[in-house]
Amino acid sequence: MISFQKRAGTSKGRAWTRQFISIIVALLTCAAVIALLGYNPLEVYRQIFAGSLGSLYSFKEMILTMIPLSLLSLGVIFCLRIQFVNIGAEGQFYAGALAASYLALRHPDMSAAGLLPLMFAASIAGGGLWCAIPALLKLKLDVNETLVTLMMNYIIIKIIAWLQFGPWKDPTIKGYPVMPAFSDSAILPSVLGIHSGWVIALALFAAAVIVLGRTRFGYQLAVMGSSPQTARYAGFKTGLLLMAATAIGGGFCGVAGFIQASAIENSLTYQMSNGWGFTAIAVAWLAGLRPAQALLVSALFAILLQGCAYIQISLGIPFFMSNIIQGIILFFVLGSDVFTNYRLVIRRTKDTQNALSERGGK
Amino acid sequence: MDELAYVELKGIVKTFGALRANDGVDFRVNRGEIHALLGENGSGKTTLMNILTGLYRQDAGDVFVDGRRVFFRTPKDAIDSGIGMIHQHANLVDALSVEENIAAGTERTFWIDKKKLRVRISEIAESYRMLARPAAKIYSLSVGEKQAVEILKAFYRGVTTLVLDEPTSVLTPSEADALFLNLRRMRECGHAIVLITHKLNEVFDISDRVTVLRKGNSIFTSPIGATNRTELTEKMVGRAISLNIPRTAAPPARETSRPPLLDICEIVAGDGRGRFLDRVSLQVESGEIHGIAGVAGSGQRELCDAIAGLTLVTSGSVRLNGRDIRGMGPGRQRAYGVKIGYVPEDRMEMGLAGDMSISGNVMLRDFLTGLTGSNGPGKIFFNADEADALADRIIKKYDISAPGPAEPVKNLSGGNIQKVLLGREIERRPDLLITAYPVRGLDIGASTYIFELLNREKENGVGILFIGEDLDILLGLCDRVSVMRSHKLVATLDARTAAKTEIGALMAGHSGAPAL
Amino acid sequence: MTLLDIALFGQTAVLMGTPLLLAALGEILTEKAGHMNLGVEGMMLAGAAAGFIAGFYTNSPALAFAAAGAAGAAGALIYAVLTVSLRANQIVTGFVLTIFLSGVANFVGSDLGNSTLGDGFTSVGDGGSFFSSIPFFGPVLFEQSRYVHFSLIMAAAVWIYLNKTSPGLSLRMVGENPSSADAAGIPVTFYKYSHILAGGFLCGAGGACLTLVIVKRWQESATAGMGWIAIALVIFAAWGPLKAVFGAYLFGALRGLSFKIQNAPISIGGRSLSVPAQILDLLPYIMTVVALILITLGKKRENQPPRSLGKPYFREER
Repeated sequence: MISFQKRAGTSKGRAWTRQFISIIVALLTCAAVIALLGYNPLEVYRQIFAGSLGSLYSFKEMILTMIPLSLLSLGVIFCLRIQFVNIGAEGQFYAGALAASYLALRHPDMSAAGLLPLMFAASIAGGGLWCAIPALLKLKLDVNETLVTLMMNYIIIKIIAWLQFGPWKDPTIKGYPVMPAFSDSAILPSVLGIHSGWVIALALFAAAVIVLGRTRFGYQLAVMGSSPQTARYAGFKTGLLLMAATAIGGGFCGVAGFIQASAIENSLTYQMSNGWGFTAIAVAWLAGLRPAQALLVSALFAILLQGCAYIQISLGIPFFMSNIIQGIILFFVLGSDVFTNYRLVIRRTKDTQNALSERGGK
Repeated sequence: MDELAYVELKGIVKTFGALRANDGVDFRVNRGEIHALLGENGSGKTTLMNILTGLYRQDAGDVFVDGRRVFFRTPKDAIDSGIGMIHQHANLVDALSVEENIAAGTERTFWIDKKKLRVRISEIAESYRMLARPAAKIYSLSVGEKQAVEILKAFYRGVTTLVLDEPTSVLTPSEADALFLNLRRMRECGHAIVLITHKLNEVFDISDRVTVLRKGNSIFTSPIGATNRTELTEKMVGRAISLNIPRTAAPPARETSRPPLLDICEIVAGDGRGRFLDRVSLQVESGEIHGIAGVAGSGQRELCDAIAGLTLVTSGSVRLNGRDIRGMGPGRQRAYGVKIGYVPEDRMEMGLAGDMSISGNVMLRDFLTGLTGSNGPGKIFFNADEADALADRIIKKYDISAPGPAEPVKNLSGGNIQKVLLGREIERRPDLLITAYPVRGLDIGASTYIFELLNREKENGVGILFIGEDLDILLGLCDRVSVMRSHKLVATLDARTAAKTEIGALMAGHSGAPAL
Repeated sequence: MTLLDIALFGQTAVLMGTPLLLAALGEILTEKAGHMNLGVEGMMLAGAAAGFIAGFYTNSPALAFAAAGAAGAAGALIYAVLTVSLRANQIVTGFVLTIFLSGVANFVGSDLGNSTLGDGFTSVGDGGSFFSSIPFFGPVLFEQSRYVHFSLIMAAAVWIYLNKTSPGLSLRMVGENPSSADAAGIPVTFYKYSHILAGGFLCGAGGACLTLVIVKRWQESATAGMGWIAIALVIFAAWGPLKAVFGAYLFGALRGLSFKIQNAPISIGGRSLSVPAQILDLLPYIMTVVALILITLGKKRENQPPRSLGKPYFREER
């Protein structure tokens, strides 16, 4: 009989070795799948790296994917840290984008110095609100937050679709409905050749690292996430902490939406996230809910996504290859998690035990 | 007599880490007999029965049913051999009905024949003259009814040996009477019944034979007619053993003008379902170790929580140094400078954050006001250097074996975890220190160290409330011992003169402490 | 709108609701085993692709159906191995399954864009039978694809299975309290695997209904978020298979209405209906959130999510 047995204690080293091995095995499996589909795995891997890191242009493209992905995972981390299962990053992304776009479309004539900070603040409020609603429902009515945050994703996406097809549609453009383009003052300027979203993201990551690691607020969140009873024992205001953490987490996702709308789309559409909000959950989980690691993991995902966009052109492999590779890698990492805290033991089966005992008993 | 033996355990050994919960226990129960298994908390009763019913696997020793050696890997194996256990808390599925809970996993047919099922359940219920409402959902039942469902479920599965783990502890007196009536009928039907208990009156009320366990050993078995309360109490608690706990001198008498350190008067706590604390009064003096004895679940935890401000006290008063602290949560206690240290019962559940570092845990109580007071409230950041320094100091002072202040607490051993918690609470220089079962699960070395620590604090003038389960420890360490029984505080005794049997009798709830 | 219009619309609503119903039934079975599989969208898409490919090459509706179910079940198997045996996080695993399967489905489907199905797939239901001559209900329920009939039969079957049979009872116990079930001798792991797989099969079949019956072609990401509505439907129906039928047709009607409005405005009694299509798309999710709040407030245990939903179970060795 095969079963798992808890290991005594945990070790960081084992966790890293485990992840490393599982990623290697996953890459080998992917290689087999790629070969099976009729491509040369080594060439595919080489091109993925070439397409994401090989030139300055491709590096910049990779960063453009990494910015929203990393911010979304940061938002998820804030919620998961206190055991609030937020799978609504996608929706919070759109809520933030919507709030920022409202200002951009309403006040196209404002100066950039006035408009952009306002849009930034609005996106935090929008994303934060979208995450705080399920949190409030959990706090006051004990409604399951996993299910509500999931539904909130589609509610906001449909609202934006409605705005895009109806009230906010650009009347001057015929054909497929789109919203008006932002005025120049609502578009993030670029810094070092990439839109300044990267500066915002880096600043927010630095802030998050400090808030989680150095502030009293972050400390209380850590205690609450580790043991809610202990937080009560120490007299923390746990309800307030929950609302604050979820509002901040949602706010980070909202900022990602603002950056995407402002710098990439120069407008708002209901199809601008590419499912990053869901990928971000995997990123946050893979990073062990630590911001610095999340930056690293989202870089890896961005490399993969950008690389696969590249091989679509260079090798003619459909872009969906990236989903397959992502999936396989994550399956292996997910499946190997158990080995950090447990190990496999193989016991003699009951029948052999009985047989042995019968011999011994007589 | 021997040919009657139905279920027999021989030489059972079971260890959990350093703890030998069962150390070569022998036990047998016959058909048509109610056999009481008596012992203090931690004497190994529940472990033994968990082995008999397939929940645990013994390290050594054998189980025989009807003279045949058996091996149980799961509770199902035990049930197949006719042995079932009724736990204190019913293991039923709330959302399902009585009949569904009873039938699940037993039906051989694809379709559930509700009619047949109901008939069969009523038949079983009738044969023991129990009431059955097969269609009722479990969540609509009272605790006693749930227990009855568990018993029906066991019989439905063909159980002939029934083990009940302290079945009356969750029941009202009338429910308990009904249960005993049922048990007698089961005996008439020729079943074997094992009643785990530490209540002597129950033993004499209902059982035919009794076996006493103490510290993992079976030390005494007798027909009930051949023994008496005094003998059983004595066997259960044992002769005083020298634990080598140095008791320091009693505190000097308090000047009558000063109020006692802790003065609890007639406090009541509870919710719709019942009272957790029923008019409890208690005084603890500075420089005193005040023990609380009692069967687990008699209200000890609620008493501690009430003082620490974690449970709502509905009436009565709680005063510390003369100041009313009733209704003050931990946050307000801290803000008003009320210094109470609290080492809760289940330290990883409440009191510590296992995933966090030692530093993170030692700063838990005072990070808002600053660890040394130099860092007032309103500041955004906590002082990590101070926390590390405090952690370092606690690690050194309390001889904690840990790689460093950054080590997550959950990676430490039980004794070291307890030292982190105690160290944190003591370093706050509390006026009152509450410790609930502080040596539970610790080895002798760690336990002795903790006793020394408590004695040192006592000499520093701290009043200590010590919730304990081992009477030897309570009598060896404390100055006074109060006894709690069913959420009431029933007596306070001088620990220097009180006899173990006297406390045992008070805990078990029969009056007239036997003279030794 | 005439009665005929209403009947036609009812037919559309039922047809649109059918993939939702099949997937929701699958997810009910999965969640009743205590597992929340957020890979429904992926499994539906895998079924949609596999069903279409099999149908395209074999021209056999039966083989297409089997292939779709098998594809869904294969996806569910990955999920089951990870979450049951290897105790992986259910939510992350479900999302990853959706990512992976939508990759696979769109990858293998990338050449099928212009393909059309053979004549094996042209007939719709058995028109002209006795049942279809019943006014209104005839066309709505009986002049329909076999998938509609299959889904209705499955809804009844799942309800009967859960409420009237002993394996169904065991399954509910596994989802509510696996340790009780274990103690009662129910093979917990077997129950989890089998029902997660059956759930995957139904999700796959639901996807096939979309590509083989409703749109009759393969489109990239053909399910377009239907899997998420199906998960909403499970909650909306409070984990009940019969309530899921009504929920599915309600959601299906909203979807049908939304399609209609996008093409041409609908008029009822001379007044044109001015609700935008996107608002109709939004309603299922809002209704689900409201339903969830009501379920939680109602505190009726029968309606609550299975108690152990999302929690891994393993018997600790002592």
